[in-house]
Amino acid sequence: MAAFPTSAPASAAQREAAPGLRRSAWLALVLLVLSALLLLVGASVGSTGWESVLRMRDDPTSWQIVVDIRLPRSLGAWLAGGLLGLAGAVAQGLFRNPLADPYLLGSASGASLGSALGLVLLGSSVTSLNLLYRLGMTGMAFVGAACAVALTVVLARNVQNTLRLLLAGVIVGVVLGAMRDLLELRHPDILQAMQAFTLGTSAFVGWEGCALMAGVLLVCVLATWCCARLLDGLTLGEATAASLGLPLAPLRYGLVAVLALATGTSVAQTGLIAFVGLAAPHLVRSLVQVGHGRSTVLAAAMGGVLLLAADILARWLVAPQELPVGVLTAALGGTYLLWRMHRSTRSAGGL
Amino acid sequence: MMALLMAPRPLLRQALARVALMLALPMAQAAPSASVDELRLQPFANAPVWKDQDLVAPVAIVDDRGRKVQLAQPPQRIVSLLPSLTESTCALGLCERLVGVDRYSDWPASVKKLPVVGGGLDPSVESVVALKPDVVLLSDASKAAERLQALGLKVVALDVKSKADIHRVLGTLGQLLGVPQAQGADRVWHALESGIDAVVRDLPERTRHTRVYFEVSRGPYAAGPQSFIGETLTQLGVDNVVPAELGPFPRLSPEFLLRAQPDVIMLGNRSMQAATSYPGWHNLQAVKAGRVCVFTDEESYAIVRPGPRMAQAAALMARCLADKAPGKAAVAR
Repeated sequence: MAAFPTSAPASAAQREAAPGLRRSAWLALVLLVLSALLLLVGASVGSTGWESVLRMRDDPTSWQIVVDIRLPRSLGAWLAGGLLGLAGAVAQGLFRNPLADPYLLGSASGASLGSALGLVLLGSSVTSLNLLYRLGMTGMAFVGAACAVALTVVLARNVQNTLRLLLAGVIVGVVLGAMRDLLELRHPDILQAMQAFTLGTSAFVGWEGCALMAGVLLVCVLATWCCARLLDGLTLGEATAASLGLPLAPLRYGLVAVLALATGTSVAQTGLIAFVGLAAPHLVRSLVQVGHGRSTVLAAAMGGVLLLAADILARWLVAPQELPVGVLTAALGGTYLLWRMHRSTRSAGGL
Repeated sequence: MMALLMAPRPLLRQALARVALMLALPMAQAAPSASVDELRLQPFANAPVWKDQDLVAPVAIVDDRGRKVQLAQPPQRIVSLLPSLTESTCALGLCERLVGVDRYSDWPASVKKLPVVGGGLDPSVESVVALKPDVVLLSDASKAAERLQALGLKVVALDVKSKADIHRVLGTLGQLLGVPQAQGADRVWHALESGIDAVVRDLPERTRHTRVYFEVSRGPYAAGPQSFIGETLTQLGVDNVVPAELGPFPRLSPEFLLRAQPDVIMLGNRSMQAATSYPGWHNLQAVKAGRVCVFTDEESYAIVRPGPRMAQAAALMARCLADKAPGKAAVAR
């Protein structure tokens, strides 16, 4: 008898949760199929169009174009989008703010400062910087992003206070951005290269970049899955999360590390790409209501699909040249968010 | 000043400004005088057209990334992703072997007919690969270098910042591409030097020690004495109002110019109206007296690109000085 009242709400909760879970499974399937389709399209869109795919058996150049350029860059775009989508979902959960994006802890400014430094050093002296060359622009950007997040955490003293962390992130972002500007003013010859970095492109991603991003994405997804209970708890407020007995501090550190790693890797490989990290979690939330464990993974897949689609569009619009994909995501993502805002204001007015 | 420098620059505004700049480009019109036109053609007019048997075996070179590159034989297919390298390649007489260029390469006119593979910093990698080049020339700031090299292409990254660099890069390119030195790099360099010498000889005496301000682009970014433009100004015997310690292309505050009061202002950027709209500029003696030269797009490309057209750049600047430089009386002011 005593078991009845407890088991009844539980089964009710199960029945309530089931549609969310089923919908999330459907969404996962749809995203997977979309990803596969887009990868196929990605292999056939570029400067030379379909004929490269048709002739790739006889013509070594076509083979190289499809296998060594289009496939890795398409997969690379998907992976970078996935990293950004995951980082965006983690940031929005961690800061309990739907406006949070992956670059919130200063990683974007850090990465661009790292690149600017790299360009200045590479430009200044030639043969003495072998180490720098081996590290390359990619390495410099990653080191910059990681250092920026570390600096943010140090400035915020610890990760306990979300508001403090957020403020420290904004401050680090502004200050590092200013330092980048000062470098650019002192060395205007790097301006063009910096512009190319800021615009973000998947054009230079090779198989090594893909392997790296895939590894990082896997690690980040697993780590987020483990920390998902914290994100779920945080939606009820920090005090409630603490009262649930969750180990707040270590889980927070873990999530900040995920944020830094995911953002740093994607920025280093593809430059600054706007809005994917912001829009992907929003899209997932508007489609399914599930816990953070599932929704962060779905956000990663959604980010991948978004960025890959944008990348294909960027290659196709002005072929045989191409647009930097960052421009396109900013334009499209901005339009989407405006539309969402417009719709939600209208429905709020209706209430 | 610091507060001004640290002001955040929203990406969108930057992008819009860039678009506005691009839209403004076609509005400027080219109306060069005939003599300057002849001078401009000089480095290409007597460039030999090489047959395979006239070229020599390429020598191993070290590019600006420190990579050693050697071609097995003189290349048949060259892709250049930097305008100054395109110009140098053509000056060496290998214009016929260029098969693709970046979107900014526009000189000599024949390269405009070649396939465009994007910009030097954002090239379409597969377009470059599809051209099957024997060698790709690009700037060492380009991320494309590593990627193209990983795809099995021979990539040479060269950076040109000064007149000495022009000499060095001509030599390196000549060795890399198998052009005999006497008829290649040496000939182009001598033509460039003697061209500048001739320009300097013909300058009227009154232009000496004119105090000149050269604006490379709006900012205002000036050409300092360390830049290759500054080097040409020095050779022309005029004084740069920008001190050397500010670096090659410093960004100045508009009031610096008011204090410096240059005798002649040279503007490498587009329209006169936008250029003199800095606060307080209407009080400048040079602006009041109309001693301002605005170069057309075509002319500014010749001036701001460090390449084999440096003698033409000197001629353009000399023409400006001859037209606008005030006499000794005004300078003694």
